Amino acid sequence: MAGDVSYDIVVNSVVEILKEAQTGLPQDVTDALRKAEAQESSPIAKEQLEAILRNIDIASRKQIPLCQDTGILIFFVEIGREVRLDFDLEAAIIEGARIATECIPLRPNAVDPLTRHNTGTNTGDGIPDIKYEFVEGNQIKITAAPKGAGSENMSALKMFNPTEADRIREFVLETVLKAGGKPCPPIIVGIGIGGSFDKAARLSKLALLEDTDKMGGFERSILKDINALGIGPMGLGGDSTALAVHIKKACCHTASLPVAVNIQCWANRHASVTLGGGK
Amino acid sequence: MTEFHLSTPLGKSDLDQLSTGDIVYLTGTVLTARDEAHARILEFTERGEELPFDLEGAAIYHCGPLMKQKDDKWEVVAAGPTTSARMSKMTPLLLEKYNVTALIGKGGMNNVAGPLKGKCVYLAFTGGCAALAAENIREVETVHWPDLGMPEAVWVLKVENFGPLIVGIDAKGNDLFGKIEEKARNVFSGLR
Repeated sequence: MAGDVSYDIVVNSVVEILKEAQTGLPQDVTDALRKAEAQESSPIAKEQLEAILRNIDIASRKQIPLCQDTGILIFFVEIGREVRLDFDLEAAIIEGARIATECIPLRPNAVDPLTRHNTGTNTGDGIPDIKYEFVEGNQIKITAAPKGAGSENMSALKMFNPTEADRIREFVLETVLKAGGKPCPPIIVGIGIGGSFDKAARLSKLALLEDTDKMGGFERSILKDINALGIGPMGLGGDSTALAVHIKKACCHTASLPVAVNIQCWANRHASVTLGGGK
Repeated sequence: MTEFHLSTPLGKSDLDQLSTGDIVYLTGTVLTARDEAHARILEFTERGEELPFDLEGAAIYHCGPLMKQKDDKWEVVAAGPTTSARMSKMTPLLLEKYNVTALIGKGGMNNVAGPLKGKCVYLAFTGGCAALAAENIREVETVHWPDLGMPEAVWVLKVENFGPLIVGIDAKGNDLFGKIEEKARNVFSGLR
């Protein structure tokens, strides 16, 4: 069971994965950026990609956040069905977020949506955003995926008519076009198709956690169209507007077709830890 | 794509020689200001009140830095640019009232090439490169309006060879972002 997982272990693990996510990128993301830099034909775009690669090196060497926008803190938690917990898992994750904010440090980004009062701790009403899912097994997997506002603000959701599936490509392209250089391209595009209004959005965010280079035919074909737009790194023109497109689907109502497009900046930060499962 | 090493405040000859696509490394003083600081500057202006900092010749950095306090001194941890477009609406008024000579940010701005003409350039720093930016920030001189919170306060920073900055909008009315956007729109029309 999860007898080998405690409140303190969860707190410490959350601090560790936040530090890992904020100070470095998953290898597949860095590899995709290197590949984009090597293939880029525009000198200005190449300069931008070189700066990004230099930045990744500095952040990892100095163990400081890659980006000053350390995001709002989002966690995906997968709980094995056999796991029995005798402590407050959510409280432990929140405490980990609060401690990480102080010790890494992270920029306090969480504010009241109307008064704009900053809580100062990255915790508060509904934040961090924690999503739970039950899976097979006897372990708990926690993924930290901090999300900056620059790219999040450029995301979009549309409730299509059921017969309009052929307009999904256009909707994605239009969303990327409108975003231009604002979401810090080269971007990663997460697309959620189906589910409900909110499930499509959640799927589009989960899609961002996929291996950068693992794409199907439809995903690659949308990626090709996005890169044909020529927006380029930071909107300064070039071949690399996006590194990847990932789609996640779920069944939906026969009368609806929700489509969500979650835009992710090049700094596709996420890190996971798996706990428990000990003998 | 010429490379320039310039000092703040930028003078008329600096502004005249910069064209979109050029690379600039900046040395001197920059002031951070984003959404809330812009709004407050304009509130002060409307009331005819004097600002607690000097914007004459200033370089404004669209940035909400991540800072830490050591003893009683502030240190920069990470300080890359924020999305400049959010300040697009407030910028023409700001430029009308104050002689700001450089805006530094990312992603470009909407409809500011006109107001910038003859007096100011927009310099793009690579978004997300906060660790790289911090390397070229030598000192935090002071902070104004800390009540706005760490990201929104006005931080006065000493920078050295801060860059690479790409001239996104020059003082001659050219907007590189606008040009790229127009091209992208045409490609989109062909693809849809």
